[in-house]
Amino acid sequence: MKTYSGILAALFTTLVILGCGGGDKGDEILIGEFGSLTGTTATFGQSTHHGLELAVEETNNAGGVLGKKIRLLVEDDQSKPEEAATAVTKLITRDNVKAIIGEVASSRSLAAAPICQQFKIPMVSPASTNPEVTKKGDFIFRVCYIDPFQGEMLARFMYNSLGFKKAVILKDVKNDYSVGLAQYFRQTFESLGGTVVAEQAYSEGDSDFKAQLTALKAAEPEAMFVPGYYIEGALIVKQARELNMTMPIVGGDGWDSSKLLEVGGQAMNNTYFSTHYSTDDTAAAVRSFVTKYSARFNERPDAMAALGYDAGLILFDAIRRAGNTDGTAIRDALAATSDFTGVTGSITIDERRNARKPLVILTVENASLKYKESIQP
Amino acid sequence: MRLHKSGLMLIAAIVTGFAISRFEHLINPYYYQVLIYIGINIILASSLNLINGFAGQFSLGHAGFMAVGAYTSAVVTSQLHFASSSMLNTAAFSLALLLGGIVAAIFGLLVGIPSLRLKGDYLAITTLGFGEIIRVIVQNLDFLGGARGFTGIPKLTNFVWVFSTVAIVILLVSNLINSTYGKSFLAVRDDELAAETIGISSTRVKVIAFVTGAFFAGVAGALYAHFVTYINPAQFSFLKSFEIVVMVIIGGMGSIFGVILSAILLTILPEMLRSVAQYRMVVYSLLLIVIMITRPRGLFVRTRTAKQSVALKTLR
Repeated sequence: MKTYSGILAALFTTLVILGCGGGDKGDEILIGEFGSLTGTTATFGQSTHHGLELAVEETNNAGGVLGKKIRLLVEDDQSKPEEAATAVTKLITRDNVKAIIGEVASSRSLAAAPICQQFKIPMVSPASTNPEVTKKGDFIFRVCYIDPFQGEMLARFMYNSLGFKKAVILKDVKNDYSVGLAQYFRQTFESLGGTVVAEQAYSEGDSDFKAQLTALKAAEPEAMFVPGYYIEGALIVKQARELNMTMPIVGGDGWDSSKLLEVGGQAMNNTYFSTHYSTDDTAAAVRSFVTKYSARFNERPDAMAALGYDAGLILFDAIRRAGNTDGTAIRDALAATSDFTGVTGSITIDERRNARKPLVILTVENASLKYKESIQP
Repeated sequence: MRLHKSGLMLIAAIVTGFAISRFEHLINPYYYQVLIYIGINIILASSLNLINGFAGQFSLGHAGFMAVGAYTSAVVTSQLHFASSSMLNTAAFSLALLLGGIVAAIFGLLVGIPSLRLKGDYLAITTLGFGEIIRVIVQNLDFLGGARGFTGIPKLTNFVWVFSTVAIVILLVSNLINSTYGKSFLAVRDDELAAETIGISSTRVKVIAFVTGAFFAGVAGALYAHFVTYINPAQFSFLKSFEIVVMVIIGGMGSIFGVILSAILLTILPEMLRSVAQYRMVVYSLLLIVIMITRPRGLFVRTRTAKQSVALKTLR
């Protein structure tokens, strides 16, 4: 019985000490971030956080916003939607943050968005591409493009830039992102005058695609579209090359990972995929971001880091233009964002609070990534 | 007499819930949210305790039943939601909660009848498999939103609903366990063969515990869905089942009070640890290890006195 009360007493003392947080100071603007610092998609959350941290440091070194320093409060959501809801409620009602940045995964953004809307606190999502997210209310924004746009642009790229009329699709049925992209790609490609001569499906986690590929090969396509994630994408390309399918293969932003070339190697030559920015881009904003990020965190910034950075800068710019930290004022300023020069291109917020911005196409040559082109919306 | 008393207690509990909900707006929304999660976790842990703790069957499928309840109720309210009248909302939501529970219970029956004839580890694996099957099926059903999740669920869950359900679960479990019927649960748990010899149908007992547990998991899922207002299949993975199992084990298998306390503790603990940011789950896990080493029978289970141990030994 003694040990029992001892443990309990120790536990609660620890909790009380840990539970005492910091307070609000007058010379700071509090910004809340919720992200998947741990859990199944931890790399997304950490990259975004690094990008955002860089944006905050830079802004503060340049004198802050409205004469005040930005203070970033970050909450981990363990890659779980219900945790995201709690984290955001805590940030808004206990820490009194003026705006929220997050999340990468649409599922967590969808859980948090109604709360931000309810308390009239603007929320900027760096990378949630599900169209539903910004439909949650007029305080919800994003700085990335949405899936329908990506599917459409990739179809235009294949038809116009590459000049192909006969395509096949190999999609991941388990993954809604992949199914959505395939659907939007097909619609646009066919309306342009091209034909999708065959379509096959696989499931995330598969490792043998020869059956589907053989069926697709029989349709004699000029090009293949493989929306999905990088692991399966690389394996599909590799096996297609083994079957002597030498045609160009096109993927979406799910391919953007250093793992793609590790798995695919030389087989990845003559493939194209869309992403949010290229580290090889010669634009001044990109060059300075890549240099600063690499120096600060000792790694090359991926797309999530760039989007986190842009989300931060767009928000700070909006607060500056709003002139105060009132939620509605910041929202109006965010909605009026136009031609903002970010790392991921020139960003304009449209009437649906989505970002209108260019899409970057990368290609693989000699097993390394090369910038191909930017497609303007 | 007992039933009469329980009824009174239940009414008292619901009235208290209403009384507290009058002051709902005075509570910081963050604490309010944690309070709701505590309630939902108590329902989940207490209902699993019925299966794992009292009937002695190790189930790892609780998140699956929760998913069934969540999705069923979400479909019901999205079809029946009348924003204009709060009376109709209440009626629609009670129906949704009930249906969520009933459909989960039917699934519990379907899984339970064949698999509860199995013993020990086999049951754990079957239920684990069931949970994953549910998740994958939902992932592939377009009308439930597939992998993208079900959006636009009305926010109907409030303190009164959660508090009343908690009261019902606790009363039901404690009454059941103290009844003759409940004694047969304990008999099956302690020695299945002996229980069979005195005429207790062990499969029947297990199925009843399993179905009741599944019912409340379904109701908890429904409450959860109407609080978070957005559900997707990934929220109901086997990790969620493990979380609930941990609550039961930390509280002490078969201890009603212990499991309630541990559900409260394990919901508050990660919130308290927010100040250590991404390291909080490390601290959290360390605390769990320490608890398991120092109190292997559960944090809130009284250890037997020396006298009781001796008495037990002589009995054997």
